[in-house]
Amino acid sequence: MSDEKRVIVVGGGLAGLAASVRIAEAGVPVDLFSMVPVKRSHSVCAQGGINACNEVARQQGYSEYQHFDETLIGGDFLNDQHPVLEMANWAPKIIDLLDRMGVPFNRTHEGFRDLRLFGGSLFKRTHFSGATTGQQLLYALDEQTRRFAAEGKINKMEFWEFLWPITEGEGADKRCVGIVAQDMRTMQIRSFRADAVVMATGGCGLVFGKSTNSIICTGGAASRCYQAGAWYGNPEMIQVHPTAIPGADKCRLMSESARGEGGRVWVPAKKGDTRKPKDIPENERYYILEERYPKYGNLVPRDIATREIFDVCVNEGMGVNGTNQVYLDLTHRDPEYLTEKLGGIMDIYEKFVGDDPRYTPMRIFPAVHYSMGGLWTTYTPGKYQPESPVGEHKPGNPIPVGNEPGLGLTIGAHNNAMTNISGLYAFGEVNFAYHGATRLGANALLSCIFDGLCNGVSVVNYVRDGVPAPASELSQSVYDRAAQIEQDKQDKLLASVGSGKGDHSLNPYVIANELGEEMNAASTVVKTGPRLEKCLAKLDELSERYSRCELGDGAMWTNQSLSFARSVGDMIILAEAIAKAGLLREESRGSHYRTDFPERDDEKFWKASVAKYNESTGKSDIEFMPVKAGLVKLRPRNYGKVDSGTNKEKIPPKQVAEANA
Amino acid sequence: MSDAEAHAYDADMRRANRRKAVDGRSVIFKIKRCDGPGKPSRWESFKVPVEEGANVISSLKWIAANPVTTEGSKTTPVVWDSGCLEEVCGACTMVINGRVRQSCSCLIDEYAPLEGDVITLEPMSKFPVIRDLWVDRDRLFSALTRVKAWVPIDGTYNMGAGPKESPEHQQMRYALSECMSCGCCLEACPQYTKVEDEEKWDTSFVGAHAISQARLFNEHGTGKQLKGERYDALSGPGGVSDCGNAQNCVKVCPKGIPLTESIGAVGRGTTIHAIKQFFQGKK
Repeated sequence: MSDEKRVIVVGGGLAGLAASVRIAEAGVPVDLFSMVPVKRSHSVCAQGGINACNEVARQQGYSEYQHFDETLIGGDFLNDQHPVLEMANWAPKIIDLLDRMGVPFNRTHEGFRDLRLFGGSLFKRTHFSGATTGQQLLYALDEQTRRFAAEGKINKMEFWEFLWPITEGEGADKRCVGIVAQDMRTMQIRSFRADAVVMATGGCGLVFGKSTNSIICTGGAASRCYQAGAWYGNPEMIQVHPTAIPGADKCRLMSESARGEGGRVWVPAKKGDTRKPKDIPENERYYILEERYPKYGNLVPRDIATREIFDVCVNEGMGVNGTNQVYLDLTHRDPEYLTEKLGGIMDIYEKFVGDDPRYTPMRIFPAVHYSMGGLWTTYTPGKYQPESPVGEHKPGNPIPVGNEPGLGLTIGAHNNAMTNISGLYAFGEVNFAYHGATRLGANALLSCIFDGLCNGVSVVNYVRDGVPAPASELSQSVYDRAAQIEQDKQDKLLASVGSGKGDHSLNPYVIANELGEEMNAASTVVKTGPRLEKCLAKLDELSERYSRCELGDGAMWTNQSLSFARSVGDMIILAEAIAKAGLLREESRGSHYRTDFPERDDEKFWKASVAKYNESTGKSDIEFMPVKAGLVKLRPRNYGKVDSGTNKEKIPPKQVAEANA
Repeated sequence: MSDAEAHAYDADMRRANRRKAVDGRSVIFKIKRCDGPGKPSRWESFKVPVEEGANVISSLKWIAANPVTTEGSKTTPVVWDSGCLEEVCGACTMVINGRVRQSCSCLIDEYAPLEGDVITLEPMSKFPVIRDLWVDRDRLFSALTRVKAWVPIDGTYNMGAGPKESPEHQQMRYALSECMSCGCCLEACPQYTKVEDEEKWDTSFVGAHAISQARLFNEHGTGKQLKGERYDALSGPGGVSDCGNAQNCVKVCPKGIPLTESIGAVGRGTTIHAIKQFFQGKK
C-alpha cells in the first residue's frame, strides 16, 4: 500500500465519472467502484436533455438566476437554495465542457447547439442529443475516464459491489476511511483504504418493484451508508412519471407527446370487461380525464393525470382486465400521421410490447421514476448572502446576483456535498440537496455532473488538508474488522441455503416482489395516513420474513442471488424510512400528495425530513430540520392557477409538455 | 436466401408469431448453463408460464423465484447480465434461438407463440463464460482504449464551447455514438474469435465496434488530433485489414450503426496514412 492519499468513488454514472475525472485531474488517484462496466450505468436511460441558460435565452430575458428560481419553485421550496444557485450558474459552462468532450448535441442550421422547450420554463433552455441525451453524456465522461485509466490515474474496479463504508472515531470525529466491497465474480470480500469516499450510487427505484430505473438501482448502497450512520434526507420525495409502459420486467417511459397528439385515456366502463379494446363500443368506455376534467380533458397536467389514472385503477379497481393499466388510445388518428409525428415512440412501444399503437390502444400506467431524496449533505454557502430573501424573479428584470462561481457555494470548501460523516460525500441522485419535492425535467443530468465537477474540488481539498492522518497509516485491524463483519453477514445468508422446507414466501425474490407492490400502492402517487400505517405494518412483516429468508444458491462464484438477497434487506430498511417520513409529513408538497392533508403547510413542514437509522430498533427516527434557504422568499407553487371546476386541480404546472422526457 | 432476405423473413416471422400467440400458455426455456470458467456446460429446461408482455428478462426473473427444472429437480437461479432493460445499456446480450441480440427486447410472443414452444438461451461464444449466460467482455472495452476512443481535451476547466458543427455532421456522429458496446457485431463476425489470453488482445482482431468508434473520434474537431495514432493502432495485426468483409456485423447491430461504412472509411484512412508515413520516411 503506497502512502499516497487516495479517493474512492462508488458508482460510475454521470456523477461518479465526473467526480473521478475531476479528482484524478487534480492529481489525486481514484479507485472507481461499480457493479457494472461504467458505460452501462443507469444514466444511459435519461432521454430528454440537460438544462442551462444559453446566449439566445439570455437575450430573450432568461438568466442563470431564473433557472435557479425555476428549480426552487419546481421543487416546492424543499431544495437547499445555495447549491441550486451555484448549479444554475455553472450550467452553461458544463454544457461547454461536454461539447468539448465530443457530445453530439443537436445543432441549428448555423451549427450552434440547438435547444428545446421543457417543463417548468417559458424559455428554451434544454440542450439535447437525439433521444438519448443521458447516454451521450455518459459516454463522453466514460471516454475521458478510459483515457485517465489508460494513464494510470483512475483505477476502475468494475463488477465490484459496495458493501459498507469504513469509519473510524466517534461523534464529531467520526470519519470515513475506506469501504468494504465484493468482487461479484470471485465473491472475494475485502476492504479498501481511502482518505475520502464519494457515493454516486443513484436512486432507489427498485424499492418500488417495477420502475423506470435500471435493475441495479436498488438504493442498496445508500441504505448501507444510512445504516452506518449517514442521514437520509427527504426519503418520501419520489417522482412518478404519469405515462410509462408497464412491462413484465420493468416500466419504460412513454413520451407525453402521445397525449399531446390526441391520445385519449380510457378504461372499460364495466369493471372486469375482458373484451378486446376494439370490441368495446364507444358508449361502454369511460374516458377518465375527459369526463372528470371536461375543460382540459386528456391534456391535464402531469401530476393530475398521474393521480387520476392511479385512482381509477388502484382505488376503483377499474384498470384494464383488473390490472393497473389504462388505455392510451391513438387509433382514431390516421396511421400515417402518427408515423410522421410520433414514429420514434410508436416504434419503442411496438418493440417492447409487441402491439402496433396505430391499430391497438397502448396500455400505460404511472411509474416511479426518480428519487429527489437521498443522503443528507451539507455545504459552505458562498458570497451571495442577501439581507432578506428575494421574491419571485420575473424574466427580463434585473437579476439580484451575477453568474460567477462562488456565489452560491464556497468553491472547494471541504464540506460541500459531504454527509454528516466526515469524508463521506454524496453526489448525483443520491444527494438529496437539489430537487426538493419534485425535480424539473432535464435538471437531473445537470445536478449529477455539477456535483462531480464542482464538489470534486472539495474532495481534493479535504484529502489534502482536512484529514487528520492518511488512511494508509491507520491500523489494519480497522479494515480487517469491517471486512469480517460483512463476511459474517454473508455467511449467515449462505447458511440459509437448503435450510428450510422450501417455503416459497421466504424466497428473496418473492419478498422483493411483495415489497415493490406494497410500496407502489401505498407510498407513491396518492398517500394517506392510514394506508401508510398499514404499509409500515406490512414492512414489519416483510422484515421478519426476510430475517428467515432462504437463499436459492450457495455457490461461491458469481452468486447473483446472494447479492440480490442482501440488497432486499437494505431495500426494506430504506422503504421503512420512505413510508415513515411520508406518514409524518402531514401536508402535500410537490410529488408528495396526501389526500388527508391536501395543502402545503409551510409553518410545520417547510422542513427537510431527515431519517436517522436507529440501530436498536432497526428503524428510522425522523427529524424535521429547517430547509437551508435565505436566498429566495417562499411563495405558492401554482404556475398561474386555472379554475376548472374541481378542487383536485391544484395546478396546471409544466404547461409546456415535458413531452420529450 | 440472402442474409438481407433472412433478416426480413425473421422480422415477418416474429410479427406473424405475435398474432398467433396463445394466452395463458407455458413455454420451455432451454438454457445452456455453466458453473464457472473451466467447468463443463450443461442444458437445463424450465417450464415458464407466459405473462402478458413477457420477455426473456421477465422469464429469467420468474425462474429465479421458481428454480425447478422440467424434470422436477431444484436448481440454482440462472446467472445473467442485465441493466437498463431498454436496449440502451448493452448488458443483456445473449444468443437466443441461435441469434445474438439483447434479451430485454426479446418478446416471448415473437419467439414462442404456442404452448410448449422452446426458446434456447446461450451465452455469447466469443467471450469467456463467467457463469451461465454471463460472459466477460473486458476485451471489448480494452479495444476502445486500443483505438484511443476519446477526445483529448486540455482539461475540465472552463475554456468555452467546442467546435461548431453542421446538423448533418452531428447526425452522422450521433448515429455512430449510439454504440452501446453490446458485442453483437463481434459475436456475428467470422473474423472475431475467442481470445482468453489478455496478452494477445492487442494483436487480435479489434472488431467492428472499435473501428467505428475510431471513425467517430476522427470525425470530431478535436478528436481528429489522434487520428494518426488511431490509424497506427488499426494498421498492424488485428487491425482493420483483418476484416473479411462478411458484413454480418451491420446486420445484427441493434442500433443500425453503419458499421461497414465505418470499416470502409477507416480502411481507406489507414492506407493513406501508411502511404504518407512511407513517403515521410517514418515506416
